[in-house]
Formats: sequence, structure tokens, C-alpha cells
Amino acid sequence: MSEVVQPASLALAVTRPKTAPLNWRKAVPLLLAAPLLIYMLVFYALPVVAMLLRSVNDPTWTLSHYATLIDDVVFQKTFWITINTSVTVTLGCLILGYPVAMGLVRARSMAPFILVVILLPFWTSVLVRSYAWMVLLGRHGLVNEALLALGMIERPIRILNTPLATQIAMIHILLPYMILPIANALRQIDPSLIRAASGLGSTPFMTFRQVILPLSMSGVAAGTLLTFVLALGFYITPAMVGGPRDITLSMLIAQQVEQLNWAYAATLSAVLLATALAILAVARKLPGVGNAFRTSMR
Amino acid sequence: MTGGATKGVPGSGASVTLSNLEKTYDRASAAAKAVDGVSLDIRSGEFLTMLGPSGSGKTTTLMMIAGFETPTAGDIAIDGRSVVAMPPYRRNIGMVFQNYALFPHLTVEENVAFPLKQRGIPKAERAKLVAEALELVHLPGYGARYPRQLSGGQQQRVAVARAVVFKPRLLLMDEPLGALDKQLRENLQLEMRRLHADLGITFIYVTHDQEEALTMSDRIAVMNDGKVAQVGSPEDLYDRPDNRFVAGFIGESNFMPAIVRGLEDNMVVAECQGTVIRALCPNRPTSGEKVTLTTRPERLRFADGAWAGTEATHNRLSVTVTEAVFAGERCRYMLQAGDGTSIVLKEPSSATVRRRAVGERAEIAWSVADTILV
Amino acid sequence: MKLAQILPASVVGLILFFLAFPIVVVAVVSFSSATYLTFPPPAFGLRWYEAYFSNPDWLKPTWVSIWVACAVVVLATFLGTLAALGIARLPRGLRVVAAGLILSPLIVPGIVVAIGIYYAYSRYGLVGTPIAMVLAHTCLAVPFVVTSVTASLSGIDPRLEQAALSLGATPGATFFQVTLPLIQPGVLVGALFAFITSFDELIVALFISGTGAVTLPRRMWDDLRFQIDPTIAAVSTLTIILTAALMGAAHLLRRRAERNRMATSSAAP
Repeated sequence: MSEVVQPASLALAVTRPKTAPLNWRKAVPLLLAAPLLIYMLVFYALPVVAMLLRSVNDPTWTLSHYATLIDDVVFQKTFWITINTSVTVTLGCLILGYPVAMGLVRARSMAPFILVVILLPFWTSVLVRSYAWMVLLGRHGLVNEALLALGMIERPIRILNTPLATQIAMIHILLPYMILPIANALRQIDPSLIRAASGLGSTPFMTFRQVILPLSMSGVAAGTLLTFVLALGFYITPAMVGGPRDITLSMLIAQQVEQLNWAYAATLSAVLLATALAILAVARKLPGVGNAFRTSMR
Repeated sequence: MTGGATKGVPGSGASVTLSNLEKTYDRASAAAKAVDGVSLDIRSGEFLTMLGPSGSGKTTTLMMIAGFETPTAGDIAIDGRSVVAMPPYRRNIGMVFQNYALFPHLTVEENVAFPLKQRGIPKAERAKLVAEALELVHLPGYGARYPRQLSGGQQQRVAVARAVVFKPRLLLMDEPLGALDKQLRENLQLEMRRLHADLGITFIYVTHDQEEALTMSDRIAVMNDGKVAQVGSPEDLYDRPDNRFVAGFIGESNFMPAIVRGLEDNMVVAECQGTVIRALCPNRPTSGEKVTLTTRPERLRFADGAWAGTEATHNRLSVTVTEAVFAGERCRYMLQAGDGTSIVLKEPSSATVRRRAVGERAEIAWSVADTILV
Repeated sequence: MKLAQILPASVVGLILFFLAFPIVVVAVVSFSSATYLTFPPPAFGLRWYEAYFSNPDWLKPTWVSIWVACAVVVLATFLGTLAALGIARLPRGLRVVAAGLILSPLIVPGIVVAIGIYYAYSRYGLVGTPIAMVLAHTCLAVPFVVTSVTASLSGIDPRLEQAALSLGATPGATFFQVTLPLIQPGVLVGALFAFITSFDELIVALFISGTGAVTLPRRMWDDLRFQIDPTIAAVSTLTIILTAALMGAAHLLRRRAERNRMATSSAAP
């Protein structure tokens, strides 16, 4: 039978008998996802896009709103404050977060406990956490009371409503976003590498610097970029504990919306969004960071 | 034995006919044919194994029989009816997967009852059939446990019970013993064989382990590169391989290049480094053609001392010993023939037989019937 | 060697203390009997809890938040589970786009989302209605549902579906009898996160709650702007407890699901 060449028509008769049901089956996944996709387009994506369009559509198609940003002192000052704060906060999270990540990965029996201590604040609302810092940093708050009791100051100093308060509170809130990706990366380091290094005569510090640190870089990069992007967009915390003249970009946007300056607000929003997306785009290009993002998003 | 399943009743197994099956994944390149013109006649009630290395198309063929893959060409007929257009849940075929695929959220009893539930069989009847099936695989009373509480071997037996409880006429198995250790595998191979005898249905088994195939099967279809290289009983394939691939894949083989000198009855006379060798051959080669002769290492003997044989029934060759390895049960020698061809010889070890030394010259002999031209 | 071990451990301990302490402070202050924010409090009492439970100005927003969060759970879980099931089987290109859209609320700065929604919803007179809050919060909650269900789905052995089909189950029966029970933990965990997300949400609420849909976070925010009384500490402590309870439940569900999924045991053959 294998010698006989089947005529084309006969071959067609026995091939691909399931065309109709096969196509229908392929459409099912799309049908399942469509309700949510349409829903989000209507109630989220299109509203945001429509708002952003006001930056180029007001009163007619124009790029003037972006052009004026160049001379806009308020915007530049605000943008600078926002970037500055975000960088400081990210660095603070990195310095504090890396040791905790190592502790989390190294600890055996304590690991679940440490995880709870990290995750419970993580899931507590930003409002409550910012409020906690209002309590701690206020004129009669713990920090002042402690400093007074220790005799380091004579009168309560003003910590609340200063940039420092914003930074402390933001570090507190963003720490878990730094810790979790780094912990993930550290967890994936093969322990036999560390044993091999010390077997070859490396001190713990050298092992850290030359083996652990480089191998954890993808997690560090992911955590840093994630923290930075989130810090850029922070609104509640700076509004609650920050100084009245230290306005971040998100606060400026909110102000402009209250005054119904939609075009300006939209332009500022576009700048903020573009900055965040640009950083994320860079992040995804870095090797290993993409995966670190995905695992930490869980 | 046990169980209420059909016991070796003739005709209780399905016959399967594969006609020119093809499966291509990438339309663009013809080279990506996973299955390339497979035709096979599987008889009612037989235990047929599809054997081959990974990528040979054996699993893809099995998946097409089950209905999880659609052939791009060709037909599959079960009991004479083409099933290619039928979805897998209508084909009434039992299937056992490599990692058992037991439903983790159901008990053993619920797992085995699952196919009965789909068929609308009432509860009391279900319980009875499940109990019978569990008896059949030697796991009576395990019904209330969950798969995660069972060992690998037990899970596999539950998977088999689940696949036969609804009395299918055909059972497909995709390397079901692959995840088990050697000892367990050998035990379960015998159980499979016994089960086949008890149930009397057709088994189609896929594996890459040739020992497994040789132990369990009525017939073996050796597959390579999407095609069937040879079909036959284990003895057929072992003693009379059709081609070089089968000779090399099943058991160990020596390959000796030779030139055809003439034909005698059904034997070919060839010249192999100056010596006349006779071999069986299915086809009729032409004189002067360059061919390959193959023999099995354990069928060769050192031809000196008490051994005797005639030229008509045995071949002889002069060799030099290059390696000698004592491996407990056997001694394994690497020999070199005049033209540099390596030949392996295996003989049972014995305290009385002298072991050859490296560098020694010797004569080996073997039966003409054990020499095949491929 | 001892110092090398103690020093890092105490550093980590200090930072963990930094993480946990503010939360503890809020709880402690809530039991204070003083009228202003001092720490440590001069005396203890349940005064602020009484203030909370007896004040309709606090209870009404609480009720609104609970109502909205429950509606969000239903809507987000339903839409999100369906979408996760669909996205898992989409071809790669479409899958990336769909996942990108659905997960984007996690990345887009909250203020941008909030004013975008405010911009559009105010056009249609939706500001100040609880319905609008539900609609908006659902968009913020679905990323958690989709992520959780997708994680659950990917843990399911694909052969299980094939096994079910080979045993005679139609695709529909396979879904209801095999797939759905196995993703149930993922769906529940997603639902829990959806609840927390909606209940605690503030930025969008600031803009679209108006006067008719004042949620609890909105109420707390207003209170903080105009007067500071430790009732907020009591409310905060209650929400912390709620969050901890929901998180604990989610964790237990995950652990149970993992146990159910384990295929092998250490029993002898």
C-alpha cells in the first residue's frame, strides 16, 4: 500500500476531517478572556487614554502643553523633588532590604516568622501605614518623646511634615517590594557554589562580594526598578506626612485636577506614566530581570 | 484468577488499522514530519509495542490513535470503523499515561469510578465494577485513599484500573513504567503481561526500552524517524533484523562489511576480509554489491579446543583480542578483524574456560543462521 | 565567628523591627485614653473603639466599603477567572497583549488611573455612586485574581485533562469535574486579595466617592486632614486585624492546595 501514490482528491478525503469543530475550539479562549478585556477597556483603559488625550487635544490638536513644560518652573521643581525622593527612597530600601532578604533566605526555622513580619505591613493599607508614621513622627510622637527622654533635644523637633518624614515612611512602605525580588534571586543560588568557594579558601566577605552579590544582581535590579517606579507615583504618603511645600508630581497632578486644569493635569500624567514605562522597558531588557519581576509579582 | 473481566475471550479485543498515517507540525518544512507514512495492522487481542528512540514518532502515533492529535494525512480504523473524525471522549479507549495522571482531588475509588460516571452507570453498579477493577490490580480496599498517599507503583496500578474498569476493547499505554525504578519496573512488566492474558483485550504499548518490549510483547513495531522500521515478534526482530537500524537498536550487534560473491539457496555467499562468510538474507543482492553482515555478540564462540562445526553451517574468522572485560555473568571481548573492523564477543563466564589475553590471536566461529545481511 | 553571626542577625532584626513597629504603634495608640496622638499613651481604654462603633459617621462608610468590596469580589472573581482560563490557552502574541492590559493597573501610577477614571466617570454622572466605585475597584482587583488563578492553572498537570477526555468526559464535564476543583484554591485566594484591594483602596475613592459613596478609607483621609483623633487608630487596628485574617486564610488555602497537588509520597511500593 505504501507504494501506491494516492491521488490528491482521495488524500483530501481522509485528511483534516475536523475543520469546523477545530476552528470553533480555537475561538473559545478568546471568548473566555473577552468579557474582562472589554470590561477593562471600557471602565479603565479608555478613560485613562481619554484623559491623557486632553494633553494633546485641548483646545485642538497641539503639542503646546508639552512644549510649555520646558519653561515650567513649578513642573521642573516638582519633577526634581519626585525623582530625588524616589532615588533616595530606593537607595534606602536597597541598603535596608538586602540584609533582610539574605536573612529571609538563610533562616530555617525563623523564615515563616520573618515572612509574616514582611508581608503583614505589605498588605496593610498605605493609609494606615502612613498614619502610623504620623503618630510616630508627630510633636508628641514616639521619636520625639524618646529623644526628649534621652536628653538629646530640649523641645520636640519637627519631623512630621518634612521631606525626611516622607522618605522614612516611603522606605517603610516600599521595603517589601525590594526584599521579595532579591530574596527570590538569592534563593536560586546553588548552595554548593558557596561551599565550593569557602573550600577554595574564600572568606565569608569575599564569598559574598564575588559569588553571592553578582548572582543576586537580577533580583537587585528587579527590586530597585520596581521600587523606583512605585515611588515615582506615590501620592498618599507624601500628602499625609510630607511638608506643605514639598509637592510630588502626583500631588501636583491632583491639585490641577481639583482646579479643573485638565490639559495640564493630563500632560503631567503623561510625563509621569512615560517615565514609569520607560524605566520598566529598560528593566525588561536586562537579562534575568524579566523573570525576577514575574516571580515577585505573585 | 480474579476479577469479572473477560478472560481471554477471542474477539474481545479491538483490531486497529493504521493507514499511511502522517503528522506534520510545521507546514513550511517537510523535514518536520513527526510521523511519516506509518501503516500498521494490529490484531485483535494482541500485545503490540511501539518501540523506538525519542523523536521516532511512537508517542505521536499513540496520541493520534487516542484522538489527542489529528493526523495530517492517513486513516485510523478501530474494529473496521474510521475514528479520525471522532473526538477522544467518544472513542471508548482506555489510556495509561507515563505519570499516571490520577486526579489529585479525588479518592482512588472516585478516580476509578470516573469513566463509569461519565457513562451514566448507576451508583451501585459503579461500586461493584470499581471493586472488581481494584481486585484485578491487587489493590483491594484502597478506595478511600488519595493518590498522594500511594507509592508510584500503586498509583500506576490505580491508573490501569481506571483505564480498564469500563471494559474497553483497546488499552493504550504511553511509557507507563518510565517513572519507576528498575526492580519495580520488572515486577510491573510481569503484571502487565498477566493482565493482558486475563483481560484478553488489545494492548498498544509505547516504550523506548527494548528489553521491556522484548519481555512483554506479542509483536513489536520498531520505529525510527517517523516510520516503521520493522514489525514482528520479539524473536523475529532479534534473530532476523530487516535493516541496520533494527539490528543496532534491539540488543547489541556486530556489523561487518563484505562484498557479495554469489547466492546459494537462500543464503548469500560473501567475502569478508578474505574469508568466505555465508549469511541469510531476505532480499537478493547482486554480485559485487557492498553489503553489511550482522551477528549478535553472544552467538559468537572461540573456535578452538573442543568445539567442532562444518564449513557449510558455520562461519569462521581470524581475529586478535584487543580488550577483555570480566563482567560477572559474562566475559566480554573486543576483537579486531583483519581489516580493522571491531567485533564484540560475549561468552558466559566459567571457572574452567580459559580467559583470553589481550593481543592473543584467535579464531571465532558462529552459525550461518545467526548471520544476517542488512 | 560569633560576632560575624550576631552582627548581621541583629541588623536584620532591627530592620524587621522597623517594619513591624509602626503597625504595633497604631494598635497601641488605639487603646489610648488620651485625646491626642501621643506615644506612649498615658492610660489605656476602649474609648476610641466605642467612638467608632457608636458613630454612624464612621459606620456608614464602613458599610459602604464592605458592600462595595463584596460586589467587587463577585465581579472581579468571575471576570478574572474566566479571563485566566482563556489567557492560558491563547497564542503567545495575543496572550502577552491581554495579560499586559489586565495587569497594567499594577504598574500605572495610581494617580493617573484615578484621574483618568474620574475624568470619564464624571462625564456620565457616575461620581458619588457606589456602582461607580464597584466598577472602578474591579479593574484594580482583577490583576490579583488573574495572577492567582493563572498560578493555580499552571500547577495543573496537562495530562489530567487528557486523561479525563480519554475516560469519556466531554470537554465541559472535564472543566467542571477536573479543572474547576483544581483551580478552586487559586480562585479563593484571588477573591481574598480582591476584597483587601477594594476595601483599602483610597486614591480612586478620593476622586469618585463624592458624597454618595464615601468609603472607609475616604472617611479616614478626611478625618486626618481636618482633625486628628485617635478614632482613626481604632479603625486602623480593626482593618489591620481584618487584613491579617484574610491573609492568613489565603496562606492556609495555598498550603492546602499544594498538599493536594503533591503526586508522590514516600510510602514503600
